Amino acid sequence: MANLTLTNSDLDAISPRLVLDKGTRPTGYKEVTEDVVSIIEAKTSRAWWIAFIVSFLTLIMLFGMLSYQVATGVGVWGNNSPVGWAWDITNFVFWIGIGHAGTLISAILFLFRQKWRTSINRAAEAMTLFAVACAGLYPVFHVGRVWRAYWLFPVPNTDLAMWQNFRSPLLWDVFAISTYGTVSALFWYVGLIPDLATVRDRATGIRAKIYGFLSLGWRGSAQHWTNYEMAYMLLAGLSTPLVLSVHTIVSFDFATSVLPGWHTTIFPPYFVAGAVFSGFAMVMTLMVIFRKWFHLEHLVTIKHLENMNKIMLVTGTVVGYAYGTEFFIAWYSGNPYELFTFINRAFGPYWWAYWSMISCNVISPQFFWSKKLRTNIPFMFVISIFINIGMWFERFVIIVTSLHRDFLPSSWGYFRPTYVDILTFVGTFGLFMTLFLLFARFVPIIAISEVKGVIAGDKHRHLPEHVEAQMAVKRDEIMKVVA
Amino acid sequence: MSLVQISNARRKRIPLDLLSQREEFHAWTNEAPAAGAESDEIDPSSRRDVLKLMAAGAGLAGLVSCRRPVQNIVSFSQGVEDLIPGKPQFYNTIYNLGGVAQGLRIEANDGRPTKVEGNPVHPTSKGAANAYSQATVLGLFDPDRLTKVIQNGNASTWEAFRAFARDHFAQAGEGEGLAFVCERSAGDSWKAVVAAATKKWPKALWLHWEPLNHDNAVLGAQQATGTAADAVYAYDKADVVLALDHDFLGVDATTVLPTKLFSQKRKVKEGESMNRLYAVEGHFSLTGGMADHRLRLKPSEVAAFAAEVLKLVSAEGEINVGGEGSRKFASAVAKDLKKNAGKSLVTAGPRQAPIVHALALAINQVLGNLGATVNLIAPLAPPQAEALAAFKSALAEGKISTLVVLGGNPAYTLPADVNFADGAKRVKTLIHLGLEQDETGVLAHWCLPQAHYLEAWGDGRSADGTASIQQPVIAPLYGGKTAPEVLSELAGLSVTKAYDIVKNHWTAGFAGDQEKQWRKVLHDGLVEGSAAAALKISVDVKKVAAEPVPSPSNETELVFLPAAGIYDGRFANNAFLMEMPDPLTKVVWDNCVTMSRKTAESLKVSMGFIGEEGDMVTLNVGGASVEAAVIVVPGQADGVLGVTLGYGREHAGRVGKGAGFNAYKLRTTAGMGYAPVQATKAAETFFLVRTQDDPEGDSQNGRPIVREATLEDFQKDPKFAQSVPGPALESLFTDWKYDQGYQWGMAIDLNSCTGCNACLIACFSENNIPMVGKKFVAMGREMHWIRLDRYYAGDGDEATVAVQPLNCQQCENAPCESVCPVAATVHSPEGLNDMAYNRCIGTRYCMNNCPYKVRRFNYLNWTKAKTEVENLASNPDVSTRMRGVIEKCTYCTQRIAEGKINAKIDPTGRRKVRDGEIQTACQQTCPADAISFGNINDVESAVSKAKASPRNYALLAELNVRPRTTYLAKLKNLNPELAGEKKAPAAAAH
Repeated sequence: MANLTLTNSDLDAISPRLVLDKGTRPTGYKEVTEDVVSIIEAKTSRAWWIAFIVSFLTLIMLFGMLSYQVATGVGVWGNNSPVGWAWDITNFVFWIGIGHAGTLISAILFLFRQKWRTSINRAAEAMTLFAVACAGLYPVFHVGRVWRAYWLFPVPNTDLAMWQNFRSPLLWDVFAISTYGTVSALFWYVGLIPDLATVRDRATGIRAKIYGFLSLGWRGSAQHWTNYEMAYMLLAGLSTPLVLSVHTIVSFDFATSVLPGWHTTIFPPYFVAGAVFSGFAMVMTLMVIFRKWFHLEHLVTIKHLENMNKIMLVTGTVVGYAYGTEFFIAWYSGNPYELFTFINRAFGPYWWAYWSMISCNVISPQFFWSKKLRTNIPFMFVISIFINIGMWFERFVIIVTSLHRDFLPSSWGYFRPTYVDILTFVGTFGLFMTLFLLFARFVPIIAISEVKGVIAGDKHRHLPEHVEAQMAVKRDEIMKVVA
Repeated sequence: MSLVQISNARRKRIPLDLLSQREEFHAWTNEAPAAGAESDEIDPSSRRDVLKLMAAGAGLAGLVSCRRPVQNIVSFSQGVEDLIPGKPQFYNTIYNLGGVAQGLRIEANDGRPTKVEGNPVHPTSKGAANAYSQATVLGLFDPDRLTKVIQNGNASTWEAFRAFARDHFAQAGEGEGLAFVCERSAGDSWKAVVAAATKKWPKALWLHWEPLNHDNAVLGAQQATGTAADAVYAYDKADVVLALDHDFLGVDATTVLPTKLFSQKRKVKEGESMNRLYAVEGHFSLTGGMADHRLRLKPSEVAAFAAEVLKLVSAEGEINVGGEGSRKFASAVAKDLKKNAGKSLVTAGPRQAPIVHALALAINQVLGNLGATVNLIAPLAPPQAEALAAFKSALAEGKISTLVVLGGNPAYTLPADVNFADGAKRVKTLIHLGLEQDETGVLAHWCLPQAHYLEAWGDGRSADGTASIQQPVIAPLYGGKTAPEVLSELAGLSVTKAYDIVKNHWTAGFAGDQEKQWRKVLHDGLVEGSAAAALKISVDVKKVAAEPVPSPSNETELVFLPAAGIYDGRFANNAFLMEMPDPLTKVVWDNCVTMSRKTAESLKVSMGFIGEEGDMVTLNVGGASVEAAVIVVPGQADGVLGVTLGYGREHAGRVGKGAGFNAYKLRTTAGMGYAPVQATKAAETFFLVRTQDDPEGDSQNGRPIVREATLEDFQKDPKFAQSVPGPALESLFTDWKYDQGYQWGMAIDLNSCTGCNACLIACFSENNIPMVGKKFVAMGREMHWIRLDRYYAGDGDEATVAVQPLNCQQCENAPCESVCPVAATVHSPEGLNDMAYNRCIGTRYCMNNCPYKVRRFNYLNWTKAKTEVENLASNPDVSTRMRGVIEKCTYCTQRIAEGKINAKIDPTGRRKVRDGEIQTACQQTCPADAISFGNINDVESAVSKAKASPRNYALLAELNVRPRTTYLAKLKNLNPELAGEKKAPAAAAH
């Protein structure tokens, strides 16, 4: 019993806890509540106001751009013939891809009992919703007659007086995205109920009323918890196929066409992997900032970040493999149009987009093989930004470089974005950040009740046998958990 | 002042029947300035003005059809005989282009001309019309037309002008110091008016000026035969054709007849042969593109080449094919010509000196072609070289005090050495009759609005001498007058109304019931049997052979070409022709200087691709210099620069202003066809816009798009074009049979299509295609429903050209249909890929999924800038499309519907649509008859027969989209003795 000087921190080096001490203060249930809820109870900080005003102005610019576009025509963008879709659908797929991490974390990792998800799922889900909102703008506003966009929905109307074309992947898209958005919102909200009740319990006056209303009468009774757990489980089960289906169907927009570079069976898994990849990159970008800003390093620990980096490494490698497979099939299929398209991607007029994509998506995540690098916070932040950029370029490459040179050389063309394209895209970040800042201001950004649920688990984390043996006597003393 | 203005003068609508009681109306009928009339100009944005303009036009046009003199106004509410609302009326008329009458048929809807087509009974059009004629309907409704008389920049009236002219011309005496510059017309009544005016002023100078003319051909005939003559070629009887710098399938022949005749020999069926075309030229023309063998020669080298051929064919015995380059070519051509003596034809182009024309005629004489495939007739217009010289010196010496310009734009088009602008300053009175206030108009003291040919009576003669009457379809919109009217008034002749001038002249010559014959002439659009008889003259071959042949120059040569779109510049304000891509360079809205790759390398210049600026060169001809943007045309002769005339207009309307570079500044009397030039790279760059501008989009990239074989290979393997690459096309499902009722289909014969663009303009006009402007074409947003894809094949220097018209292929398995979420594009039971504009929300998914990229999206409201006057040119049978929807070729579905209705309501009982009864606009006007359309369910239909040809193939058939439009493969009839020099066509089928 010589090594009884072991501390929690020593053990963290062997098997880290999911919730760490804040400085020297151990983190118990009370502290979790305090640390998370105090963020939204505190006076609004100057930093928040600055960030919000910048984001909101950007959002207003988005509205300005969209109004200008609706009033004038899609021609204010750079789209042309043959490039009928360009930044509009690129940005749509980009945002939808980002919206993937949230549901994956909350649903799939939940079903697989990945406890580390608890610290990040709330923010990731919120990000999903806001990304879907940004994505949803594009299918609506990219159409030539926005005022008729409701014709995409099978609602009874006298204008059309007929059904939609159910053979069109674009229609599947409408259903896939609206379903995904709805279920994600429900899932997010159900998960929020106990936390909203926590906020209510600490609040007074009008705040208490609003949070009380939103927490739907949650009292935390055993019956409530049973129902809640069941509902959460069911929603997780319901969301899981959606995680796969949304991007699969988005990929059908391309895969079912006849266009070389689009018409390929690899798209569904490749798109899903890419979406998870980009979603985690965006969660990473945001969490690195927010954990620092709101002093949540003890809740969103390096272990969380490292796990996310591992997922990015896996999905990034899958994406890289898909790029390789595409090239192989382009050659192996013997289809000259297909072969040309892929050579054109790498060496044609849009070579810069292709190589940006490759370097950001295939090369940059490979650094995460190194433990040192994948636990280096500034480094992972930079890499996550690269991946965000790379995944945007992936969609641009797929859409624009396939369209700009297809079958008949006479129709080949070139796409250049206009300032409206660029500012509209920048504007969607305004929408995203505005929503996210409001979320951070008014909603617990970490799932309090779920984090509490894993604190106790930290006490029983798995340790190597010889350590366990050393700890047998003084286990409770060493692995002190404030309950 | 027009009737419409009076009725709207106080912004109150005055019924037409009350109008006659008003003071302003009487003023108007007397054409004196009206008291109280505030507005002198029609406000193009005032809808009411325009509607009334239409109504008045309709009433008058109705009267024309009644053959009553256009003197009375009948309110539209009383109805007009023969006018059924919604039913178009057709009038046969002519358009004088460069002094040659084009036989046309005008479609009028509610009294407004909306479409120009070829007159089916006219011997030189046979139902086809060229791009120029078809686009003139926009010229009629041009919002920038001269709408009133202008005196020294101030609005005036015809009455004021008349008062001035009476006094002014009374002092003209014998015509000293009086000069007339007018456009050419071969019309008999016009010539009579000119003769009367000449009699009145015998000393007046006359210049019948056309910047693009065939004077050299007439002079060449005079040199060869001693008699001035025009040559008429029977291309349909020639098995071998040698074109010496003559783009007879393109811009050098303003009538469509040569193409019509030539293409008859190109409709090759299995086991048949076809004609062989040799082209010798410096620049790359459509004729060169069609040629089976093409020799690149500088224009100054053509004369020596022709002399060589003459020498060879004149020599006794077998011709030995040998030597290098042009010598070998000349001997092979000579041998081929000799073998086909009497069935061959040699023709020379207007840019070549008279001696070349004389040599060509001599070759024809030796071969016995004269009288067989070539006929000489009395010239339509005498050459003007002497008149030009006289005018030039008189102008320079200030001897002209009164200059009357009756149509045309001499300030812009006269050779630079005439220095019209400077000379005009010394002219005391310059009167200009013109459609617009152009470069000449701004110099003039009096600007008189000219009547458009669709508004006025006139006459003319076609290339073969056939006389025709030009009858108006609408009353003059802005009170314009024709050249004969103004001239006869100035000369104080007794008859001054165009109608009377024309009718009196022609009916006087009719025997029997003159009125009846007059009506028949108007109905037919021509005077029957008026074609010129062949002159019984022969060529003095020895004399021609003895003529000295000008030696070729070593300098770089600049060739002045008519613009495929705007001709000599007269159509510069015509958006259809501005946005029509040049057939070869595909440049729109500008002109350019073309050169071979080697020449570009030696000048160290390159062209711009995909929206980038390209280099410019400074062209210097005898001290005058112009900067022009470069386009590299593989296959152009080295050391030859080609430039089109008509651009760089300074005083054109909103469309044409400032587009391109003015090549007239380089054109002098000495070098009208071509001139030695010093070209250097300029510091500036320029943004040229092309509809096919991908750096790799000029070639087929090894894809079997335009399938081509030699005639020999075709005879060995007739089905060479029909192979479909890739695996067999199978389906899990039973396919829709498409075996009931009408099944519309189209076949396009690539072996006869020259790429002349006539179909493009026909489609523009028929389907109300919006023009989008240079900026948006640059962004790839042109709305053309049919486009002419041009691919270069072969290595750079000896490149050949393949042209492919591409419209919606109406796929049976249409990829566009399955992807539309709102089912806006669906298949009709007749096999058409229908487009419901009202249902389209504009996702553009169909456009992305169209492998032919023939769908067009209304990115913006293209018709927003259109004035109400321009809207009058629209076809009421076709809806205009709003922004945000996709549109595309419909196989002219409105014509199909009309044909089916006609078959249904036939007075003889309900019947099926007859083959050929429904024609698409592109098919109807195709001078080469390359397009066949009809019911493919009927094996006897023309289109079924075309599709049964072994040359028939479906483009991109490997995608299993099953297009209804198919193509007949292109053939090259190679001369075996030259074939070694030239590789088999690189575009051969795979």
